[in-house]
Amino acid sequence: MTDLGAMYIGAGLAAIGVGLAALGVGNVFGSFLEGALRNPGAADGQQGRLFIGFAASELLGLIAFVVAILILFVVK
Amino acid sequence: MAGRIDPMEQFLVEPVLGHRLVLFGYDVSFTNSALFMFVVFGLLFVFMAGGLKRQLVPTRWQVAAESVIGFIDNMMQVNIGPEGKKFAPYIFSIFMFILFANLVGVLPLAIVPHLHTFAVTSHITVTAVLAFLSFGIVLAVGFWKHGLHFFSLFVPHGAPGWLMPVIIPVEFVSFMVRPFSLGLRLFVAMTAGHILLEVFGSFVVQGLNAGGPLGIVVSALSFVMIVGVSALELLVCAIQAYVFALLTSLYLNDAVHLH
Repeated sequence: MTDLGAMYIGAGLAAIGVGLAALGVGNVFGSFLEGALRNPGAADGQQGRLFIGFAASELLGLIAFVVAILILFVVK
Repeated sequence: MAGRIDPMEQFLVEPVLGHRLVLFGYDVSFTNSALFMFVVFGLLFVFMAGGLKRQLVPTRWQVAAESVIGFIDNMMQVNIGPEGKKFAPYIFSIFMFILFANLVGVLPLAIVPHLHTFAVTSHITVTAVLAFLSFGIVLAVGFWKHGLHFFSLFVPHGAPGWLMPVIIPVEFVSFMVRPFSLGLRLFVAMTAGHILLEVFGSFVVQGLNAGGPLGIVVSALSFVMIVGVSALELLVCAIQAYVFALLTSLYLNDAVHLH
């Protein structure tokens, strides 16, 4: 396997982490929606925390994306 | 390979119209990034100038400006409490700048030849400066208000004494990572969105170039995807601006009330 081939395979593997982040973000929003359906009056007050949770889980997925970009464009 | 479309080419920062300006060995030319920051500033100025009226029965523009200001004031009130009012101008500026910069970057003006908008926040240099500005204000407020007692931020309430050597480094690292995570989040969200748009756009163009029924089908499907992804991009632009402002206000709350 050439070095370039190994780099591309590594970048593809790093991008799997982004799919896992999709699971995480879906989990956050899904739990919020489930709770909001049970108690609609309390849902609007918790919207801030919803976005905090979204930001945290999205960040970790974006870090996986950054690893893939690093492998593709920064490693010589 | 002829007709290869490079998705990273849209992020190139280059002098406007090729006028390079070098002073004392430093390249200080007026780049497209600087141009679009001025565009964002101009739009923001027009929006606020038109909206900051004091009519008793407000016009729609005044209602729009006042509702954004009220939104930020409410966010300060909820996250920091009464002392949050003095941070509202800074948070408002950061929120509106990032929002307008994100939206200007997504504008599809490139139908007019050579009028490509540039996403200012798609560079880590810009977003890292904004994030370190927020972090610097958090540190300044913390040390101004509490002096050296500010370091008690790393010692959570009610933690047992034997856990301190573990908790304090962990808390310290997670505190120092904050500016990097703020800047990185905005940068990667914008960059990833723009690369996605460019890739689907290149599919449309290359499908049409290839011709034949398969090329037309690929083009049409990719066009539908671009419409969907653009709608998602608008949402992501607004969410990322809101998340930046929200997290900055949370960090300010940490600095103002030490727990």
